[in-house]
Amino acid sequence: MGRIADAFENARNENRAALVIYLCAGDPDLNATVELVVAAADSGADVVELGVPFSDPTADGPAIQRAAQRSLRGGTTLAKVLETVRVIRRRTDVPILLFGYYNPILAYGEQKLVDDAAESGADGFLVVNLPPEESAGLRGPAVERGLDFVPLVAPTSDPHRIKQAGEMATSFIYYVSMTGVTGSTATDLASASKRAAALQRELGRPLAIGFGVKTKADVATVSPHADGVVVGSAVVQAIEAAASTDEAVAAVRALVSELTGGLARQ
Amino acid sequence: MRYVPRLMQPLESVSGRYGPYGGRYVAETLMPALDELTQAYEESQRDPAFQAELDSLLHHYAGRKTPTYFASRLSEEVGMRIWLKREDLCHTGAHKVNNTIGQILLAKRMHKTRIIAETGAGQHGVATATACALMGLPCEVFMGAEDVRRQAPNVQRMELLGAKVHAITSGSATLKDAMNEALRDWVTNVRTTHYCVGSVAGPHPYPMIVRDFQAIIGRESRVQMLEQAGRLPDAVVACVGGGSNAMGIFAGFIDDAAVRLIGVEAAGDGVATGKHAAPLCAGGVGVLHGAKSYVLQTADGQIVEAHSISAGLDYPGVGPEHAWLKDTGRATYTAVTDDAALDAFHQLCRTEGIIPALETSHAFAYLPTLAKELGPDADVLVCLSGRGDKDLETVIEKLEERG
Repeated sequence: MGRIADAFENARNENRAALVIYLCAGDPDLNATVELVVAAADSGADVVELGVPFSDPTADGPAIQRAAQRSLRGGTTLAKVLETVRVIRRRTDVPILLFGYYNPILAYGEQKLVDDAAESGADGFLVVNLPPEESAGLRGPAVERGLDFVPLVAPTSDPHRIKQAGEMATSFIYYVSMTGVTGSTATDLASASKRAAALQRELGRPLAIGFGVKTKADVATVSPHADGVVVGSAVVQAIEAAASTDEAVAAVRALVSELTGGLARQ
Repeated sequence: MRYVPRLMQPLESVSGRYGPYGGRYVAETLMPALDELTQAYEESQRDPAFQAELDSLLHHYAGRKTPTYFASRLSEEVGMRIWLKREDLCHTGAHKVNNTIGQILLAKRMHKTRIIAETGAGQHGVATATACALMGLPCEVFMGAEDVRRQAPNVQRMELLGAKVHAITSGSATLKDAMNEALRDWVTNVRTTHYCVGSVAGPHPYPMIVRDFQAIIGRESRVQMLEQAGRLPDAVVACVGGGSNAMGIFAGFIDDAAVRLIGVEAAGDGVATGKHAAPLCAGGVGVLHGAKSYVLQTADGQIVEAHSISAGLDYPGVGPEHAWLKDTGRATYTAVTDDAALDAFHQLCRTEGIIPALETSHAFAYLPTLAKELGPDADVLVCLSGRGDKDLETVIEKLEERG
């Protein structure tokens, strides 16, 4: 079992959901990213999704779009993100899921990326615009190398597609809580959480709910039902609002600590 | 009747591949909608009532068929026989309406209650707003703020037609960013909304659907060439941004191996300057807006902003079928600069009394080069994809700059 599956297992043993925290690599810069990932891990993040910025993030709302633009202006590349993972690995064992869009991966080379990501200490991939039909070129080498490939299930996915995601998952499945982009306001997180719980039983895999989860109260809504909960835009906004790296680190510590307060199941 | 060129049939599988190109690189949320659209489209192609309604609207409403016109004075000046397929005479002033009437009929068939579209030059936006007004559906159009500025008349037309126009300020504030924003809207409202894509780009089935709806250009002009010229053209020339007018006219001749198919991209300030919109001539293989094709990108796979005087060609990607036609050699692609396109614009105004769109002017700008190669006895068919009223402000600005 990989680090990500272990993290979900540990959370389950502690009778809580796993907390997955999204950060955009290189926002505000890659040195800061090291500190921010370490801070998130120290404050209770079970898994970190490390966003690889892309120029045209069609599934993201304004907060993560801006973070990606800041990061790209600073010169972030996929190769530099992998170097950063290597640095992070000297400081923490928190599972790191590389999260992004397909074109930078295609440009890097799928097999080369899998090899380099494994060597850097990354644990897997989640590629927003790479549905199962198009994913063989990355998923095959990744799974062979022991890295996770995290599929997505959306509210629009039919039973066939849900089953397909279940078969592909090596650790968890990312459950998109609603039709929308990241950072939207969830309309009915409670229903989405219950639906996720039913799918977990059906598929025998943990689900983490993302999109529209921002606060401790949101986390508390999800936690009794789903095995994982993802907070992204709220973290990115806290970093954006900070005047310095130190402030950003403090803000992430405070936010992640607060979010962990919503994880416990009654 | 649906026209699928024989060359394409084995390639256009369920997954929508053209060789290695095409596919569906989109968020999971959209995948079921693409399946639904594919199915609705396939059914519509077997439904004589749908085809009859489409044909009737194209004829009585959009004004088809459009003429093929022998441009004698231009021919004399350029030095070969030049024939113009007059898509500028379609209702709304460009070929875009061929596709939007078809897609809005499809949207009604799927019981969608809201339409969204992206637009660059505004021609597709106007054509979508027109079809929506015709069929009583609300329409929202995403347009880059830079394009809103340089294509103001089309923004006013869309608003008159009842559409809501969103000016997009992210990125380069042009067509690419409008398409990003349209995709974000679609992923949010996918259950009720049809995304009316304007080019042969995007995820499968869009490149196929838009090609098929535009193939009427090639189908008509092939017959017209045989009737009026007594032969097929030696070459067919069209401008290529996303590539819908080119794909439409190429479709009519793709099985005629002796007919050369030539696509003309926008070289902007010149391909060597890096400021251009010519992914087929000077880009690499990548994935943008749901399909694998040629794109303008950095070595790290970030999309690079395109540069063209023509808003409709100012796009860093191109339809996947063009990528395959390039690789197989069935079509060839070249690029002409902003300045060359402007010269061709003035030439057509002066010699034929036709004001072409700046997009279309790129196709005309390549004709002198082609004439040197083919000689005076060649017949060349050019897709006159749209009229240029919308571009007057840009052209006059440039004239003043040139002095």
